[in-house]
Amino acid sequence: MTDTTSSDSVIAVTIDPTGGPEGPVSAPEKREKARSLGSDAWQELRHRPMFWISATLIVLFVVMAAFPQLFTSKDPYYGDLNRAREAPSPDAWFGMDSQGYDVYTRTVYGARASIMVGIFATVFTLVFGSLVGIISGYRGGWVDSLASRIGEIFLGIPLLLGGILFIYSFPPSLDEPLVVSVAKIALVLGIFGWPSIARLMRSSVLQVKPNDYVQAARALGASPGRIISSHILPNSLASVIVVSTINLGAYISIEATLSFLGIGLQPPAISWGIQISEASTIGLIRAAPYLLLFPSVFLSAAVLAFIMLGDVVRDALDPRLR
Amino acid sequence: MGKYVIRRLLQMIPVIIGVTFIIYVSVYALGDPTVGRCGERPCPPGYIAKFRADYNLDKPLIVQYLLYMGNLLQGDLGTNFFGNQVVDELASRWPTTLRLGLMALVIETVIGISAGVVAGIRRGKFVDNLVTVSTLFLISIPIFVIGSTAQLIFGVRLGWFPVTSTQGTTYQLILPAFVLASASLAYIARLMRANLSENLRADYVRTAKAKGLSNSRTVGVHTLRNSLIPVVTYIGIDIGALMGGAIVTERIFNINGIGNFLYRSIRLKDGTSVVGTIVCLVLIYLLVNLLVDILYGFLDPRISND
Repeated sequence: MTDTTSSDSVIAVTIDPTGGPEGPVSAPEKREKARSLGSDAWQELRHRPMFWISATLIVLFVVMAAFPQLFTSKDPYYGDLNRAREAPSPDAWFGMDSQGYDVYTRTVYGARASIMVGIFATVFTLVFGSLVGIISGYRGGWVDSLASRIGEIFLGIPLLLGGILFIYSFPPSLDEPLVVSVAKIALVLGIFGWPSIARLMRSSVLQVKPNDYVQAARALGASPGRIISSHILPNSLASVIVVSTINLGAYISIEATLSFLGIGLQPPAISWGIQISEASTIGLIRAAPYLLLFPSVFLSAAVLAFIMLGDVVRDALDPRLR
Repeated sequence: MGKYVIRRLLQMIPVIIGVTFIIYVSVYALGDPTVGRCGERPCPPGYIAKFRADYNLDKPLIVQYLLYMGNLLQGDLGTNFFGNQVVDELASRWPTTLRLGLMALVIETVIGISAGVVAGIRRGKFVDNLVTVSTLFLISIPIFVIGSTAQLIFGVRLGWFPVTSTQGTTYQLILPAFVLASASLAYIARLMRANLSENLRADYVRTAKAKGLSNSRTVGVHTLRNSLIPVVTYIGIDIGALMGGAIVTERIFNINGIGNFLYRSIRLKDGTSVVGTIVCLVLIYLLVNLLVDILYGFLDPRISND
């Protein structure tokens, strides 16, 4: 909406879109320590407990999404109505929900939908947004104007409202596999998410392009593809990846919100959003708050892990904050 | 300045056309607008034919869109399947949502800016770490979890606030407004902290200190005002998040506002109401952002001069 923010993810506003180009600019002083910007950031990260906490959580959730059987031996679809709303016990750690499903098992299996939506949406915005950003920054002219105008249109629709609208028009049907529903939701989130990445990439390209070494490479006859891949991308990728990591957390949160509102994934699919939605009617909150607690903790921890990782990496990459 | 305002206004026109076109195409041309009109069954062909004629869906796309925009400009958002005008449904609920939104806006700016300033000034100290970590948690916990938990703790267990806010009085809206403001509050605090601590290292602050100005004057007059500018821009973007949050908050606390209307329309598969409400909200969002951009031009002369 505004020309002044390069990203709609405000947590990342302090990122200098030129975070990358700091590298070559401050290269001489770096050389004394004989470290690249990347290894410098790694040295910084290694000593941050926040980095290790978030990285561990992310690995844990990704493994949980890929192999839920490692965490539980129960069947998430096995319901025992005799035990409905049973409180947490050594047998059922997180209790039983209204259908007599084991809450722990369903929470573990619920990771898959959230993590997949987050990763798909992020990969889509990263690939498509970077592509548009690089092309419009590199080519300039009418291509740039057109891409910027189209981006403005998509940024003009708030993510959740756009998500509701698109998913309402193309609802996930009950007979399609989970991957298809998840891909649909991720695509919708990606459609509204790419312009922020494109803007970030475009401004990075515009910062790097006039530098002497890029001009030199061009004078030596390097093709646009080579200039982009070996000079422009390495400089701008860092900030784009940081913002994408933070956005991944936001996408997970929005997917759960859509499910909570009843338009995202539909039962019998298992997802944290559906679990929380079912548990948060006022009567149930009073009678069985643990139904709400456990999926909420997992969901929040997953979102937190990605946002925290992005935050820590940004701090490590931004030399001005040291 | 005048040129800047006019440029912003002109830039707005293609965005409004584009946004409404995308919404129109996705709902009426690509999607199936009769979904849910006949309950869980597909609609009979006669009904579909009549519906398509009534909504001009049998005409070429561009004509359809122009007719739709014509209706929109006259304030006609269509009739939902209770036979009510969507505009009337929204108009009767508007005051409640506006009050909720304004209360949330006041809460998030006052608390967010204060927390950010305190953290920014005492950078690296305990307060700073407290603000940084607690805002990180607020951002990460989805609003419907915060809402349900707040309802359980402050409404049901402690009984400090009403559990539901059916009448939408100011007192009843206090807890929902805090819930709605929570995430934005955290963003504002972080934004404020980052701006302030960056500005505190600027050369003009060093000059002010070297001149012998007191600490409160360097921070209060020189740094604070400059650090507030990005917060103003953020509030414009934040209106969109507040609209989304209002849907969830009003659902949880059963507030009879626009958000709850949208939620119920989604559940009832009342397509006309869903689309009408979203179009209305998106247009308001665009207009608020236009105002914020213009305000921004006044606050930061560098923007309007380029």
